[in-house]
Formats: sequence, structure tokens, C-alpha cells
Amino acid sequence: MSSDPGLTLRGLHRFGLGPRPGDLARIGGNIREVLRAEIAGKQVASIAGVSFASIREAAPALRDFSETERMQREVRVAAGQSIQGPAPPAAATSAPAAAQGTVPPPAAPSGAMAAPQTGPAPARQPPPEPPLPQRTYREEVLGRFHAMLEPLGGLPERLVAFWSNHFAVSVNKGNQVRTFAGLLEREAIRPHVHGRFADMLLAVETHPAMIFFLDQQQSLGPNSRAGARRGRGLNENLAREIMELHTLGVAGGYTQADVTALAHIITGWTLAPPNGQEGIPGTFRFNANMHEPGEHLLLGKRYGDSGFERGKAALADLARHPSTAQHIARKLTRHFVADEPPASMVARLAKVFRDTDGDLQALSFALLDSPEAWSAPATKMRSPQEFLVASARALGRKPEIGQILGPLNAMGHPIWQPGGPNGFPDSVAAWASPEGLKTRLDVSAAIARQSANGIDPKGLVEDIFGPAASTETRQAILRAETRYQAVAIALMAPEFQRR
Amino acid sequence: MSGHHDHDDGCEAMTPSRRAVLGAASALFAWSFVPKMAYAAPGARDPRFVVVILRGAMDGLSAVPPLADPDYLGLREGIAIPKDGENAALPLDGFFYLHPAMPNLARLYKAQQATVLHAVATGYRQRSHFDGQDVLESGQMGPGQTRDGWLNRLLEVLPAGEAISRKGALGIGVVPPLVVRGQAPIVGWAPPVLPRAGDDLVMRLMDLYGQRDPVLAKAFAQGASIEKIIKREGMAGQRARGGPDNAEGMRLIAEGAAKLVNADDGPRVAALAFEGWDTHANEGGATGRLAGLLRGLDGALAAFETGLKDRWKDTVVMVVTEFGRTARVNGTVGTDHGTGTVAFMVGGAVRGGRVIADWPGLKLENLHEQRDLKPTMDLRAVTKGVLTDLFGVSGPVLAEKVFPGTAGLAPVKGLVV
Repeated sequence: MSSDPGLTLRGLHRFGLGPRPGDLARIGGNIREVLRAEIAGKQVASIAGVSFASIREAAPALRDFSETERMQREVRVAAGQSIQGPAPPAAATSAPAAAQGTVPPPAAPSGAMAAPQTGPAPARQPPPEPPLPQRTYREEVLGRFHAMLEPLGGLPERLVAFWSNHFAVSVNKGNQVRTFAGLLEREAIRPHVHGRFADMLLAVETHPAMIFFLDQQQSLGPNSRAGARRGRGLNENLAREIMELHTLGVAGGYTQADVTALAHIITGWTLAPPNGQEGIPGTFRFNANMHEPGEHLLLGKRYGDSGFERGKAALADLARHPSTAQHIARKLTRHFVADEPPASMVARLAKVFRDTDGDLQALSFALLDSPEAWSAPATKMRSPQEFLVASARALGRKPEIGQILGPLNAMGHPIWQPGGPNGFPDSVAAWASPEGLKTRLDVSAAIARQSANGIDPKGLVEDIFGPAASTETRQAILRAETRYQAVAIALMAPEFQRR
Repeated sequence: MSGHHDHDDGCEAMTPSRRAVLGAASALFAWSFVPKMAYAAPGARDPRFVVVILRGAMDGLSAVPPLADPDYLGLREGIAIPKDGENAALPLDGFFYLHPAMPNLARLYKAQQATVLHAVATGYRQRSHFDGQDVLESGQMGPGQTRDGWLNRLLEVLPAGEAISRKGALGIGVVPPLVVRGQAPIVGWAPPVLPRAGDDLVMRLMDLYGQRDPVLAKAFAQGASIEKIIKREGMAGQRARGGPDNAEGMRLIAEGAAKLVNADDGPRVAALAFEGWDTHANEGGATGRLAGLLRGLDGALAAFETGLKDRWKDTVVMVVTEFGRTARVNGTVGTDHGTGTVAFMVGGAVRGGRVIADWPGLKLENLHEQRDLKPTMDLRAVTKGVLTDLFGVSGPVLAEKVFPGTAGLAPVKGLVV
């Protein structure tokens, strides 16, 4: 196969994480093979440096943390101190509002990015250890980011990020989601990213992070034993988003009656209580006392009264619904290829999804083998997360936590913290806004200030663009008045921002 | 039509409100004969218009509780706003009250600078936040048409060359709201988090984009144009504290937006969004989660009033949300996605001191699909009324370009002084 450096760069940008120094030469003309091998080998990163191996460890730890906080608060109240308490829980200090791009001060010093001119401040006291939810979140973010520096191509990591945004939760919801969001990705997304969609769906919808995020743990069947006793009832939040966002899509052909039916069907999908008598506290549990009895009609099909199993059956049916195939195919093509995805490619992917009963490995191959995916011009804008990862790879940096959280908050794309359950936007218009670009430049400038020393602009052009760099970009970089400027321009070049 | 205003003794203000709605309906035919170019003569007023979007579906029945409706208390067990005692609702017209977390709005209402519109909705009748917001902001008949927003298209139909279209629309946020996106120029601002890059770098990149990437070039040039005002107003050194879902963040956003919109060389129209209104669980009543958000919104409205100074008299701030919430409290002491809700119009240019509502009542048979407050007024008719009065855009132009397909929906008249 002849070596086409333009093709290599396009493949790395579209499907991967962007070249590191030497990657273009390493890959040569074999970009398709590199990416196919990642899928064929079912490669997926394992995340290092995190405290909790699973939700079975994290959930009891959070229970203990909350108990301690509650007792300390009661002691303070008893002692007549302010009932305002000390720092509010981590949720209150988080950056919501990705889209608005406004951020509160981080819970701990945000590192060099926020104040590049300030060196380490030895005179100051070391910051207190951030509380458990914040600490866990930071570990998970750091582990995930560093995992993205490792692969040669990186399609599996891009797919993980895609599915994580498809099944979005926001750590802004509170301590539970903040503590569990990384686990949701590690336990429900990563194991299935080359597996079956139905398995990923079930793993996500029964994960405590999702249960908390969409209020499912409180939903009671109105005619269940617990519902009749407490006079409380249904919360249809999770059921609606399962159909609207996770499976069928908003135009997928369901009604309000279907939402209510699914909400009934999954009543009792809750979490084990703190006392430990019904399983590990905070882990998923089916509670028959909360479960709505009777038969329910969902999308024209009757689901009998069989407890947890009928919820699983309903999810399995939703996973193989033709609307789900269409929804996923369109969203995937839109993410990787173009805001207005080629209809031929969407149809092909939807067919593969239907024919293989949602085999995601087959879907990834279909994505890679689509001629449209290689011929379409690079019109998409890298998301801020993709941009920050690509810049770290291009410059051979391994950022600290503050150098990740700060810029991502500023650019409106904090990890696991979208504005709502529909996740972050995936369109050029959303990311290429005037203020968004300006902020991206601020981030590029900050990175450049930290990295420019010792960087040879000419070598940088070869490393991250190779012969694919336009004459204008090459000139703009080489004519910069400082190394700092050259690096910032390279990161902001259309060839770097577009994919 | 509701007859239960009789239960209340202070409901005089209801009557003119209802008349306003009926008047609008009968004006339908008159409007269709207005010639297409009918812009108002460029005149005394140099108006300011700000759209505030509340993402997540604000609970209109808690923000503006109809305390005199006999069915209100029964539906709202655990989250009802009390009429008396500590944290009592603030009286508006005797039938409707205002949530106690909004004293500034109550003050502006008394000063006839705030109007409440109740039982309103867009034309969207499903319950997806995202489609609901898209319809609200795109101004299209249905979801899925998100190329541009109605506020942006408004600029396109205004006479070129006047300050309003020349200065573009201000979209607050790293990702500006859809309502402001489109072909007409937009400028952006968000409370900055990082130190800004140098001007020389900006110029070099503008040069590169100009040669290689027209889309990025346009966005970049628009971003740079507002820098001047930001520096002059002393906003360059400000840093973000709090996001658009807490009171401090809301106030900062409103302060910044007000400064930019107030400037003579700044944009005349702006859009921004506050978040977190999706109160499915533990919504709270007079205090609690929703109360905190309403307090934030109230502070933001006060910040607009203060920041717009002499321009306040020419200002309309319109507060809208994608839809309402269920009339009945749900199983988790919150409310689920609904339909009818409230909108606010605030500003010196508002003919205020009124609750405008054709109240459908809260009896089960009067609820939309037996669950939601039934919408009796179309938010697009309200918006069209404001745009007609404030900018002199004719009904046909609005129905063709700004809110396509709404020719049968007459602008509500008399909203602006």
C-alpha cells in the first residue's frame, strides 16, 4: 500500500486521538490496519490510579463518608454552631453548566493552568485533602485522560467517550454521581464497547450512577406494597430518557403511555439501603415491594408480572428495536463523519446493527470500512475534550489534574458533567462559537506558555501535521515571533481543530 | 373558561388581562392586511431586548402559584407555597401570587415594570427537554430544525445599518444558546476562567483563518469585536464564580450581559440560559431547591435593572422555559415534565403590573391530558407581540421569517409601553 500522509492524518483525527511525535512515521501507510487491529483485538484501556476497583467498594465507602458528615453536622448543631456547616458537599462546588462555560473555583488549587505565572507556593499550607466524592472524581478523570495518551490510534477510547456521552450522567447531580461516574464508564461502558449494545444498555440502566442521576431509586409502583403504604409513587425520569435518548430516539415512535408503562415496568430498580441487610449498601438491588404489579403494555407488547426479569426483557426489546438501530447509526455517523451524516452510511450502519443484533464490534468495523468516512472533508470541530487530549499527545505532555479540569471547565466541556441527560452537543455550531473559540485560544496560549521551551516549531509541524500541513499554516507557525506563539498557532490551526 | 375568580376578593386585575388576550385574537384579521415592509419609523427608542432561557422546565405553578384556585393545595401536597406565615407567597393580583424567593420581581411588578404570563406554552406538546428547548429557541413549528434561532432571524429582518442589526446579538456562554445562533452576526461573552491570549496572537490567527477556514474566521472575528467593550467596562479581569445554576453565577452572568448590552457600541439584543430547573425530586416549596433557583433568577433580574441604568426604560427582559411540569406532585416530592407554565416580561419598557392569563383551572378535567396545566396562550404570540411593539416588525414578516408558519397566531398586543 502506498504511503499517503494525508490519509494517515485524516484517519488519526477522525477515528483516533491525534498523532504524538513519531506516530505518523510509525504508522506509515497502514492507518486502516492500525485502527482495525484495535477493534479486532477488542482493545480497551484499563484505568490506573483509582481508589475503587468497583461499585461494591465505592458505594459502602460513600455511605460511610455521608454518615460521618451527618454525624459531624449534628455535633456542630448540638454545640450551637452555625447550621450552615463548613464546605457544602462536593456537588455545590462543581462546575455545572458546561454550555455556559462559567465555573466556580475548583475545590482545590486548579494547578498551573489557571495561573501560569504563579510558581509553587511553598509558604502556603498544603490544601486539605478534598472530600471523598471530589477526590474520587479527580482520580477517575486523571486516569481516563492519561489512558488516552497511550494508544497509537485510539478508536476504542473515542468509542468509550462516545458511549459515555450517549449514556450521559452529570456529576453535578450530587455526591453519588460524582463518586460513581467514573465507575459507570469503567463498569458499564468499557466492558461492552466491543460487545453487544443490549448488554451495555442493561449495565448502564442498572448502574447506581444512572439510577441516582435520573431519580430511579425513589420511583415506587403506585399499587406496589410500598407505594400503597407510603402514598408515594412513580418517577418517570429514567424511563423517559431510556426511550428518548438511550434507545429509540425522540422520534422513535413511542407515546406518553409507553413512558408510563416502562416506568411501571422498572419500578423496584433501586439501591440497597445503608443498613447492609439487603446487600452491599448503595449497589443495585431489585426491590419487589416497590414493584408495580400487573401487566403492562409497552410499544404494543404485553409484559407480564415477572419482577426484575420483565424489566430486562423490556430493555432487550428496546435494544433490538429498528428505531434504536437507526438512532445509534445516525448518532455515530454524525459524531465521526459530519453534522449532516451521509444517508448511505447511516443506512448501512443501521442495517449492520439490526443484522447483528447490536454487535458493536461489527458496527465499528462497518464504521471503519465506510468509504464516506474516508472521503468526507474534515468539517467537524474537535470537541474541547478531544482537543485537549490531542494537544497533550502532540506536545508529549502528561497533564496534571488542574491542567485538565481548569481548561475543560473553561471550554464548557468538563468530563461527565453535561448540562443534562442528553450529554454534550456534537455539532460544529456548538463548539465553534465566538466565545468558545476565544476560550480555546486562551487554553492554547496557556499550554504553549508551559510547553514551548525546547520545542522546535519546524519539528512540531512535521510531528503533528507532516506533509499534510497547508502552506499557510506552515508559514504562520514558522513566522511566529516566539516559540510560544508558534505552539499556540499550531494548536489553533484549522488542521488541528478540524477532524 | 374559569369562573372561580369569584372565590377571591382581589381579582380585579384579572379582567384586563383576559381582555388583552381576546383582543389579540380579534386583531388577527387586521394584521394580515398590514403591508410587508411595515417597520415602525426609526424613532425615539433605542430598545434593548434580553431573552433568558430557563433550561429544564420551570414549574410555573410554584413560581406563580394560583393560590385562589380551589384545586391548587390538593395537587401540591408537600410543595405548596403558603399564603400566610413565614415565607408567605407575595401577592400579585389576588388570584396569583409570586414565589417568596422573588422580592425583586414583586417590586418591579408593583412598579408596573413586570408582567407575568400564565398558562403559556410553545406549540410543542411532547415532553422531551431537548426537543422542547429546540422548539422554544428555533422558533420553528416542530423539533429537528436547529440551524438557527428566532432571535438571530429577527436581526436578519431588521433594516440593515441600524445599530441593532449592525452590532449583532450577544450570546452568553462558551456555547451560546440556539436562539441566538444563525447567519446574522453574533458576539459572545462568558465570565472568563483563564487569562486571555494576547492581541498579536489573535491577529495572526485571524489572518490564518481568513486564508484557510472561513467559518472559524467569522466566529473569531465576531468574538474579537466585543473585546473593546469588555476592556472598557473593566470586565477583562473578572473571573467566573458559580455557574448558571446557582445564584452567584446567575447574578454575574446578568451583570456582564447588562454591561455589554448597555454600552452604546454594544449589542442591543442578548440571550442567555440558566440551568437546573428539572425538579423531579425534592423540589421544595417556599424554601428548598426550586426556591434557590428562583432567588438566583430574581437576583439576575435586579442585576439587569441596575446594570442597564438609563437604558432600563427601553428594555424588555423576557424569561421563558421549554414547558411546565405536572400539576400534581409526583412520587418523589417533585414534579415531572408537563406543558403549560409561566413566562415573565421585565423591564422599563414593559406595560407591567399585570398577570395575563386565560386561566384554565386545575380540576382534573381541565388539565392537559389530565396531568399538566393546560396552555391557553401561545408563547410565540406573546413573543411576536413584544417584537412588534419593540422593534416595529410587522406581523407578516414575523410569521414568515422569525416564527415561520405562525400566520394564524396573532401577536399579543399592548405588552410594551
